[in-house]
Amino acid sequence: MLSYVLRRVLYAVPILVGVSLLTFALFYLTTSPENLARRNISAKNPSPAQIQQWLKDHHYDKSRSEQFKDHMTSLATFRFGTSDATGQPIAETIRRGAGPSFVIGSLVFVTTLYLSLTLAIIAAYFRGTYVDLLTTIVTVLVMSIAYIVYVNVGQYLLGKVLKWGPLTGFEFGLGGLRFAALPVLIGAIAGFGGGARLYRTFLLDEINQDYVRTARAKGVSERAILLRHVLKNALIPLITSTVAAIPSLILGGVVTENFFNIPGLGSALVDAINGQDFAMVRAMVFLGTLLYIVGLILTDIAYALADPRVRLE
Amino acid sequence: MQFTGPDILYNLLALAAFGLLLTAVVRARRQPLWAEAYRRLARNRIAMVTLAVLVLYGLVALLDSVGGTVTKTQTRHTLMDALFQRPAERTYSAPLASMTTGEPKPRRLNQPGTHLLGTDLLGNDVLYQTLKGARTAVVVGGFTSLMSVPVALLLGLLAGYYGRRVDDAVQYTYTVLSSIPDLLLLIAILIMLGPGLTQICVALAVTNFVGLCRLVRGETLKHRDREYVRAAKALGVSDNRILWRHILPNLLPVVIISVTLGFSGLVLAESTLSYLGVGVGQDVGSWGNMIDAARAELARDPIIWWNLSAASVALTLLALSLNLFGDALRDAIDPRLRS
Repeated sequence: MLSYVLRRVLYAVPILVGVSLLTFALFYLTTSPENLARRNISAKNPSPAQIQQWLKDHHYDKSRSEQFKDHMTSLATFRFGTSDATGQPIAETIRRGAGPSFVIGSLVFVTTLYLSLTLAIIAAYFRGTYVDLLTTIVTVLVMSIAYIVYVNVGQYLLGKVLKWGPLTGFEFGLGGLRFAALPVLIGAIAGFGGGARLYRTFLLDEINQDYVRTARAKGVSERAILLRHVLKNALIPLITSTVAAIPSLILGGVVTENFFNIPGLGSALVDAINGQDFAMVRAMVFLGTLLYIVGLILTDIAYALADPRVRLE
Repeated sequence: MQFTGPDILYNLLALAAFGLLLTAVVRARRQPLWAEAYRRLARNRIAMVTLAVLVLYGLVALLDSVGGTVTKTQTRHTLMDALFQRPAERTYSAPLASMTTGEPKPRRLNQPGTHLLGTDLLGNDVLYQTLKGARTAVVVGGFTSLMSVPVALLLGLLAGYYGRRVDDAVQYTYTVLSSIPDLLLLIAILIMLGPGLTQICVALAVTNFVGLCRLVRGETLKHRDREYVRAAKALGVSDNRILWRHILPNLLPVVIISVTLGFSGLVLAESTLSYLGVGVGQDVGSWGNMIDAARAELARDPIIWWNLSAASVALTLLALSLNLFGDALRDAIDPRLRS
C-alpha cells in the first residue's frame, strides 16, 4: 500500500510540472506585463513611471528566463509570494480562507450526496414506473437551471420571504449553522441533479446482475435486495465520482461564498478577479491542481479499501 | 445603413454556419444509419418539440447576426435591432406599465403600456435584451464547440489509433489540463485575456476539449481492433484513409451526442462567468449579465422581478431543450445506450 501511494505521488510530479509550465505560459506570455500593470493600477491613465514602478514592485520587470526560474522554484517550494493587488502574503490569505470554505463546502457536499443518493434509490426502486419518470424529469430540470439563478431566487424565497436564516454571513461553531442554512440548502438543491442521475445508472447496472437474481430466488425482499446487496456494490463506482472532490472542498464554492459573504477561498478568488490580482489566481490554480491530485490518490486508496477484489500492487 | 468589410464577413459567417448545419442535417438523412435515427427521432414527441424550440433560438440568434453599420453612429445594426429595438426609457418599469418604478417620483413612460416585459435600469426594453441574449448563448455554445471538436477529434483519433508516443503525448496534454479544476482554469485564462465573447469561447474550448478528446481516444481504441478495420488493413488501405473514412464516421454519433449534451453546460457556464466578472463584458447583451443584475434588483422595494425572470426562463428553456434533445438523440442513435 505504502509503496503504491509513493509511486502515485511520483506520478503526480510530471503533471505538476506540466501545470507549472502551462500557468507560466498563460500568466507571463499571453499578455504583456505593461498591460497587466495598466489593468491593475486604478488610475485611468497611469504614467509610464507608475507602470515601471508597479512592474518593479511585483517583479514583472525581470527577464523571461529569470521569471521562469522564480515561477518554478516558488511553486516547488510552496512560496506563493504576495498579492498583486493588496501586497498581502498569499499564503496567509489561503490559510485564513480554507477553514470557512471547508465548513460550508463539506456541508454542501454531504447534503448533496445524501439528497442525490436518496433520489437515486427511490428511482431505482420504482424503476420503469411514473415515479422513475418523475425523478428523471426533476433531475433534468434541476440541471438546466443556472447556478446564479438558484442563489438569487433561493436567497429571495428562502431568506426574504420565508425568513429561514440570516441572508449572509459566517461564523465558526454551532452558532454558525444558522448562517450556513441558506447556502447549504441552495447549494444542495442546485447540485443534486447530476448526482442523482449518475447514481441511478450505477444502481440499475447492478440490479441486472446474477447475484440479484439469486437473492430474489432465495426469497429476499425487493427492498432488502436494493438496500443491502445492490447499494453496497453500487457504492464502488460512486466512490470514484465523489472521493476525488473531498480535498477540493477547501476551495469552496466560488459563487456561493461571494454571494453569501462567506470569508473563504472562493470569496478571495472573486476579490482577486475584481482586483486583477494575477499572483493570487496563479496560486489558486496551483493549489487547486494539487488538491485535485490528492483527491485522485485518495480515490484509489478508498477503492482498494471498499472493494476486496482491487489490490494496489 | 452601409455594409463595411467586417459586416459582410459577419453576415457571411452567420449564413455559412447556418447553411452548413442545414446541409449536414439534410445529407445525413440519406445515409442508412442516420435515416434510422431520424425515424426514431420523428416518433419521439419530446424530441420534436425540443427541436422546434432549438430551431427557434437559432433563428433568433441568426436575426441578431445579420445586419449592417449605421452610417451616423458607426455602430452595428442587425435585423433584430430593426425589429425590436425601442428608444430607452428613463429607468425600470414593470411589464406593460405606464409609469416608471424605482424613482422617488414615478414618471410617465415615453411609450406607456408597450414594454411587454418591462424595462431595465437604463430603461432598455427587457424583451429586446432577452432576445439579444440568444445570440450570445448560441455563439458561446457553437463557436466553442467549433473550436474544441476538430482538435479533440484529431488528437483523440491519432492517440487512439497510433498508440505509443503519440498516445503518451496526447494523454499527458489532457491529463495536465484536466487536473486543473475547470472553474479555476477558466478564471485564469479569462483574467489574463480579459473579458469578451471570443475570449470566453477560447477559454471554454480549452476545458471542453479535455472530455471530448478522452472520449474520442477511448472510442478509437475500441474501433481499432474491430474486424472492419482489420479487413481494411488486410486490403491495403492506408492508415490515413482508415482513420478518416472508416473510423471517424463510426465515432460521429457519440461525438454529436456529447456535443449536444455539453452545449447546455457551455451556455450555463457563461452565466456563472458573467457573475464572477470574467464574462462577455457589459457591452454584450447576455442572460448572465441580466441575472447578475438581479442581486441588486431583488433587494429593492418594490422588487424588480421581470429582468431576472425573463433571462432565467430564456436560459432554462434553452438548456432544458438541449438536455432533453440530447437524451432523445442518444436513444435514437444508439438504443443500446438507453439506461
